[in-house]
Amino acid sequence: MTSATPPRPSWRPSRRRLLQSGAGLGAAGLAGGALAGCGSASSSAPVELTFWTWAPGIEEVVALWNQQNPEVQVLVSRQDAGDAAVTKLLTAVRAGNGAPDVVQAEYQSITSLVAFDAIADIAEDLDPGTVEHFAEGIWSSVGIGDGGVYAIPQDTGPLQFYYREDVFEELGLSAPETWEEYAEAARVVHEADPSMYLGTFSSTDPGLFVGLAQQAGASWWQIDGERWKVEIDAEPTRRVAEFWGGLVEEGVISAEPMYTPQWNAALNDGTQIGWVSAAWAPGVLEGNAGSTAGSWRMSTIPQWEPGANSTGNWGGSATSVVVGSDHQAEAVRFAEWMNTSADGVLALVEHSGVFPADLANAETALEAPPEFFSHQSDFYEHSTDNADGVQPFTFGPNVNVTYSLFNDAFGAATRAATAAAFANAVTTVHEGTVADLENQGYDLA
Amino acid sequence: MSAPTTTTASSLRRRTDRFGYVFIAPAAICFLAFLAVPIVYALYVSFRREQVVGLGPGAGGRTEVWAGLGNYAAVLADSEFLASALRALVYGLVLVPTMLGLALLFALLLDSRRARLRRLARIAIFLPYAVPAVISSLLWGFLYLPGTSPFHFLAEAVGGGLPDVLSPQLVLLAIANIGIWGGTGFNMVVLYTSLRSVPSELYEAATLDGCSELQTAVRIKVPMILPSLIMTCVFSIIATLQVFAEPMLLRPLTNSISTTWSPLMKIYRDAFTENDIYTASAGSVLVALATFVISFGFLRLVRSQAFAQEER
Repeated sequence: MTSATPPRPSWRPSRRRLLQSGAGLGAAGLAGGALAGCGSASSSAPVELTFWTWAPGIEEVVALWNQQNPEVQVLVSRQDAGDAAVTKLLTAVRAGNGAPDVVQAEYQSITSLVAFDAIADIAEDLDPGTVEHFAEGIWSSVGIGDGGVYAIPQDTGPLQFYYREDVFEELGLSAPETWEEYAEAARVVHEADPSMYLGTFSSTDPGLFVGLAQQAGASWWQIDGERWKVEIDAEPTRRVAEFWGGLVEEGVISAEPMYTPQWNAALNDGTQIGWVSAAWAPGVLEGNAGSTAGSWRMSTIPQWEPGANSTGNWGGSATSVVVGSDHQAEAVRFAEWMNTSADGVLALVEHSGVFPADLANAETALEAPPEFFSHQSDFYEHSTDNADGVQPFTFGPNVNVTYSLFNDAFGAATRAATAAAFANAVTTVHEGTVADLENQGYDLA
Repeated sequence: MSAPTTTTASSLRRRTDRFGYVFIAPAAICFLAFLAVPIVYALYVSFRREQVVGLGPGAGGRTEVWAGLGNYAAVLADSEFLASALRALVYGLVLVPTMLGLALLFALLLDSRRARLRRLARIAIFLPYAVPAVISSLLWGFLYLPGTSPFHFLAEAVGGGLPDVLSPQLVLLAIANIGIWGGTGFNMVVLYTSLRSVPSELYEAATLDGCSELQTAVRIKVPMILPSLIMTCVFSIIATLQVFAEPMLLRPLTNSISTTWSPLMKIYRDAFTENDIYTASAGSVLVALATFVISFGFLRLVRSQAFAQEER
């Protein structure tokens, strides 16, 4: 890893570029002047782009592009999802070699990646029509408020509520429309069978909690003029934390982490009968709770204000171009094709099972419900309506630190199992986030 | 006649000296490239820090500056780091005596005259060591989670109940158990091999003197293999300070393990979650120093006893 270099303009050929051109042209290229490196791609050989991604089935989507675009060939390099991919990308960018041209980036990591100068501003290479494809809220999350565009949205994860319709019918319950009704339903479910829960509070899934806070109106980071502002420890987030803390304190929902073998077993054997999750949940349920096929139903997430339609976002990702790629223009064209063309979006839905961010092509691509919810024919229509309610939220430059603080603070709060401990955890996360930004040298508003 | 001979000999010696360098070159280069240089670099990095310039984002948004001992002070003042060190200490106090006690017991049993199926038993005890820590942690994770554990299932079937070993009170034992399971076999083989090299005349003499099997074990075998015991002990202490894979893999399964449960987990978080390789380097240097101090301190403490025999 090289230490952070002195300020370097982004157009300067990176070491990687020089190394690559050196390899291509041999010593003569270097002797002839480094400028030769800029035009290293000869017109006859196809341009090759490396694409780091973890979306399932993405190879088939890329194969379609490769078939339609013989002059720009994309190579998929499969990565681990989430934080691991960010770490690897930052390491490769710092090392000055081994970084790909195109990467899948989760929305919450975009600001961090920009802060570490890992992903490029692609505003200049963008087709002017691209912006029209996306909802304003999503488009705002691929910029950082400086006019730059750092990614093209791929999919989103509007939060909605999944429940076991058969169990609900048996207990005479209907889908909760408010959080108050959700709490009531949780009590009924747990009373009916002490081993059964309507949901769990997972201290290992900060992304879900952020979505819930987002629904309540929180935005953990804000840009105040030219400075960052942290607003975690504020009313909306506290309200959400105390609500879930209260349910954990009562013991009417479980407090075991999600995505464990135990949680999978509980979904499968009917002791977890509800899940607040994103539009991509059907794939997870199909994989983890196959034996319950046909008995789940999706509804709008419970609301804080009766009759409102507001929700948050959990997961989803975008496509970015890495700083120092030799072929930024081609990379942008590929990202635009994948995320905004009729062919690309349809292929993503078919092969990767994503809930696309593109509004223009979503309708045709999402005609049939996901297989696991084939009995709910309006699944995607309903999801699209829910997605309209996604509240604005800004991610700051140290989301990874905040998420790690969340894991520890809410892990401890869950052990304490009181609403007060949950509220304290919010304060801990807030203070840790502020301290980290200050320690990094940010001037906070 | 004698003078030329000397010259030849000395030039030969010189040439052999030069060959010597050629022979050690591969090892020396590997040592330099993969050990010495990274260590020196980590030391260098541990005295640096990165600072945001102006608004931060984009090219040139960060610059590296000297931090002096700032990173070290930050690590030592960090209550999470101290708590993780304390946990590692308790973990070591549980792990090392239990693991070595079991290893010694198995080695002595295998070495006793009445042992049957020696080869099979030795392989069976050694086998867990061949399972990578990542795999064994995942396997044990399944066994620990009440929802998937066959032990909990059986206990419930007979109307009993088992405590949740992933609860905050017991999780340290759950982690130590994985280490013991994986490490006992290796240490047993080391001790057993050393037992086999004890001259058999000693046992014959002891038997003639009327020593029972137990007395032979305690009075002769254990003192004879003390140097091996001490060596395995030092290695185990070093491994203890570096506990990482087991808690890291159990962490997503429970609320009881924080991201900074062990010192290396804290260093990992600093380096790869918080992208702060500077503090992480300082933490690594401190863990390395602690390892040196504890290992050599332990050796010093026991050296007089352990190697007294050999010196005599």
